[in-house]
Amino acid sequence: MSRRRIETNYLARVEGEGAMRVRLHGDVVEEVELRIFEPPRFFEALLRGRALGEAPDITARICGICPVAYQTSACQAMEDALGIEVTGQLRALRRLMYCGEWIESHCLHLYMLHAPDFLGYESGIAMAADHREVVERGLRAKKAGNRLIEVVGGRAVHPVNVRVGGLYRAPERRELEALREDLERCREEALETVRWTAGLEFPELERDYELVSLRSEVEGEYPIDRGRIVSSKGVDIAPAGFDATFEEEQVPHSTALHARVRERGAYLCGPLARFELNRERLSPLAAEAAAEAGIGDGCRNPFRSIVVRAVEVLYAFDEALRLIDAYERPDAPAVEWEPRAAVGHGVSEAPRGLLYHRYEIDEAGEIVSARIVPPTSQNQRSIEEDLREFVAAHTALPDDELRHRCEQTIRNYDPCISCSTHFLDLEVERR
Amino acid sequence: MRGLFIGIGNPLRGDDAAGLLVARALRAREPEGIEVLELEGEPVDLIEAWDGAEAVAVADAVASGGDPGEVHRIDAVAGPLPATLAGASTHAMGLAEAVELARALDRLPPRLLVYGIEAASFETGAEPSPAVRAAAERVADMVVEELGSR
Repeated sequence: MSRRRIETNYLARVEGEGAMRVRLHGDVVEEVELRIFEPPRFFEALLRGRALGEAPDITARICGICPVAYQTSACQAMEDALGIEVTGQLRALRRLMYCGEWIESHCLHLYMLHAPDFLGYESGIAMAADHREVVERGLRAKKAGNRLIEVVGGRAVHPVNVRVGGLYRAPERRELEALREDLERCREEALETVRWTAGLEFPELERDYELVSLRSEVEGEYPIDRGRIVSSKGVDIAPAGFDATFEEEQVPHSTALHARVRERGAYLCGPLARFELNRERLSPLAAEAAAEAGIGDGCRNPFRSIVVRAVEVLYAFDEALRLIDAYERPDAPAVEWEPRAAVGHGVSEAPRGLLYHRYEIDEAGEIVSARIVPPTSQNQRSIEEDLREFVAAHTALPDDELRHRCEQTIRNYDPCISCSTHFLDLEVERR
Repeated sequence: MRGLFIGIGNPLRGDDAAGLLVARALRAREPEGIEVLELEGEPVDLIEAWDGAEAVAVADAVASGGDPGEVHRIDAVAGPLPATLAGASTHAMGLAEAVELARALDRLPPRLLVYGIEAASFETGAEPSPAVRAAAERVADMVVEELGSR
């Protein structure tokens, strides 16, 4: 029986670089490896000995696409250690800025990286020539997301206004009001985008994932900036329970750690998991759009994650407008704190999924140890399992077609390889 | 005329900081009429940043096999960046994509110059190499020459 080997040594349209290898023996999938070359846990080492207040800005450098997620998880972990809580309008501002990041990150992926797969283009650039209006719509949405981050965070790339306890300066109400017109227009367009993604053609693949996401403790609120960690198989824990529930292990083919639920296995975090575990908490507008798009009763096909992302973009615009409506400038831009020796845990829903930070600090406020678990390393095992199932069901496809489909399978995750590593090769191989 | 310089890079990845070093060297020269920005190289951000600018210069690290510190100057309006330079930085979807996406959408500025600085190492946590530091100073001079008010 012949052996086939499919390799892609460079994976386009993911943030970073990656390598994937699939080895087939006849129709039997012998091996699936997503290889991630992670530099030694550089940032965790860099943080040791630094002042606790530096963590949000240092960790924001890990990823150019989701700095707000890193800042939020870092701040909340430190606030947990310090025994303070950011509530009311300060928390609303944090959530508002996070909406901007969801919009920005999801739109980049949806329009520029993922849509070309469904429409048969090599790249977003090639697609732009034929689908200019769609791409322009994506750019407008992304810009509106940027503006949200800029107004709250001081600037769009690596916001400088965030600190442990809150912000350096809370925006005036009129600064947020100035965004309204744009946000309303983009919300309309986001609704069109949900409809547009629903009309794409999706390969068949239904997976029985253990889904993991946050669930907000505020009734009726979709999880973004905080919450308890829950799963479709009964996990329901405070962020401090992360290590007791999940573990990371070294695998030979990747220098990134693979995460799993202890004594159970792979799990999935990110848009699909958030949606499945919280879809009854979407705003009426977003819930209606999801239903119209055919995923109102759930979605376990990873290829349909593009529809879920479109729904989350719509929700983020809707939620941003709600937060702006209810905004009153807080008296103080931050909660005061005194350093103390403690351990703190922080989680938030980065665009790609759960982002966990844990810090130990000493009485002087210096970081003793840091641990950061990004969503892409948590999903790595599920990506491999998706590939395994997809390839097993499609061994008859010619190599080129199969390779392309494998790449698409990986891109379903919008894998942010700059979070879990910087140089990832992707290779699919069969022989 | 509004001139804009954009330095691309990651400050924590050795020579990947090349574009940022040019931005800092340029600020130190206090050039008249040139706005200086630092970005990570995400294409849509780049296109937004140069929206409305007439003359733009961008600097980024490249790894095309040349000597560390070697400077490539490319007129991006004339055509795509050479394949040997495109996508060579750590930003998988970066400058070359931004240029081509902007071209497809008619959003290229009237003048767009790209300076690619050959990197020696992208090692995480490393300091930029002396060759790249020196090249950043040279590129800053070139940008003043090209974009500065006369």
